[in-house]
Amino acid sequence: MAYSDKVIDHYTNPRNVGTLDKSKNNVGTGLVGAPECGDVMRLQIEVDENQVITDAKFKTFGCGSAIASSSLATEWLKGKTVDQALAIDNMAIVEELALPPVKIHCSVLAEDAIKTAINDYRVKNGLPELEMPKSHH
Amino acid sequence: MLSLPIYLDNNATTPLDPRVLETMMPYLTNVYGNASSRNHAFGWQAEEAVDYAREQIAALINCSPKEIIFTSGATESDNLAIKGVFEMYASKGNHIITLTTEHKAVLDTCKHVEKAGGNVTYLKVDEKGLIDLNELEAAITDKTILISVMYANNEIGVIQPIREISAIAKKHGILFFTDATQAVGKIPVDVEADGIDLMAFSGHKMYGPKGVGALYVRRKNPRVKVTAQIDGGGHERGMRSGTLNVPGIVGLGKAAEIAKQDMEADTKRIAAMRDRLERELTTIEESYVNGSTEHRLPHVSNISFKYVEGEGLMMGVKDLAVSSGSACTSASLEPSYVLKALGLSDDLAHSSLRFGLSRFTTDEEIDFAIGHVKQAVSKLRELSPLWEMFKEGIDLNSIEWAEH
Repeated sequence: MAYSDKVIDHYTNPRNVGTLDKSKNNVGTGLVGAPECGDVMRLQIEVDENQVITDAKFKTFGCGSAIASSSLATEWLKGKTVDQALAIDNMAIVEELALPPVKIHCSVLAEDAIKTAINDYRVKNGLPELEMPKSHH
Repeated sequence: MLSLPIYLDNNATTPLDPRVLETMMPYLTNVYGNASSRNHAFGWQAEEAVDYAREQIAALINCSPKEIIFTSGATESDNLAIKGVFEMYASKGNHIITLTTEHKAVLDTCKHVEKAGGNVTYLKVDEKGLIDLNELEAAITDKTILISVMYANNEIGVIQPIREISAIAKKHGILFFTDATQAVGKIPVDVEADGIDLMAFSGHKMYGPKGVGALYVRRKNPRVKVTAQIDGGGHERGMRSGTLNVPGIVGLGKAAEIAKQDMEADTKRIAAMRDRLERELTTIEESYVNGSTEHRLPHVSNISFKYVEGEGLMMGVKDLAVSSGSACTSASLEPSYVLKALGLSDDLAHSSLRFGLSRFTTDEEIDFAIGHVKQAVSKLRELSPLWEMFKEGIDLNSIEWAEH
């Protein structure tokens, strides 16, 4: 199976690798996936007082497409408001990275990670938890 | 000069030895007769070449040339052996014993037999990948007609105790078949000393061409028969019809001759390189060799690098052609059933790479591979949340992972 140039680019030069201080109130952390399934993503966002995501970091255990999906997600998150971030759909990631059907679950996982991180941020700041769509992968 | 990428996937297939190609060439060009044509020189020449190849192969595995049935490869040989025995010995019983770690060509053939009214016992292996001989003997019933245990495993290279298994089979009057695809041409295989009744092997795993293989079928003590699975002109003593693949057979014969002649020297050199590769790669923190290192083929090493995922790792070692037990390499999303049969957790099975060396592998290539893998593992661990947690002393089993 050949990878798209964009997947290779994100895999070779992953953007925003790292760790934010999860104890801070304005940091939301999403840890999704499972080691047994062969992919785990941790995605973190830092949000300012205007609900704008000022920083995003990730670490991913997984295949090239999983790494690329989470790397791309952090790029897209930065500068977006939390509400805009919630609208990111996994199919946009599929399209941008030209993921083949067997790799769609990587994009679903990235969307889950975004939503989980936002929920973590919301709960920390006394906002009600949003209902997570059931993922199918 | 190092030529990239480096091929270290020799359990999948081996390159054709130039000496084999040279021997085959006349049979791909001028000598095109049908080995069954009895009435002219074209046919005689082809038949002579096939007979000679039969002798070369017989010499490698210590059998009579008459006991070699040519096929299209090991998958066909596995099918012919298992289905052929099941049908031929139906009046004696319908029970077959095999291993969970067999190649799919054996497992799927056994599934077919089950649908046809057969009973199959799939024995588990221990954490080293080895059969439990007591369990084998305990599984035998008065309906057992065949024990099918591979000589050496394709993913981890573990060699089964073939002589002990055949002794048990003999004691109970049961036929013993072995899929020896990974072993023939690599380690000494002797059907007499090993007590083998039927044995499958293939050309392209031993520097021969693809599309040709053989089934050894014992003719004496006992005389073994299999029901043909391909009907036609009655070739190969009626057990496998179809015009003989003369160039392929000539190639398999030459590959067998070279294997016999070079095995000792090849093995010494290849094993030294494999051991060095393994020694170096296991200096990487949290790396584990899968399967027995004591009973193992000389050219294989299967290593799990914990906290990195196999497919991601393969992408990182893009200048190496290796394979992984990771789910992502298959459509099924299930990690290697062989590694799981050793009791490996799914995450370790996902993190494995298989290195398969050949007689053409060089020290320079191994040096490169060592550096390349070390670098890739280290890079991916920097990206791995699991590695970070491990380093922080977090027990990954204590985390409630989302099912997906």
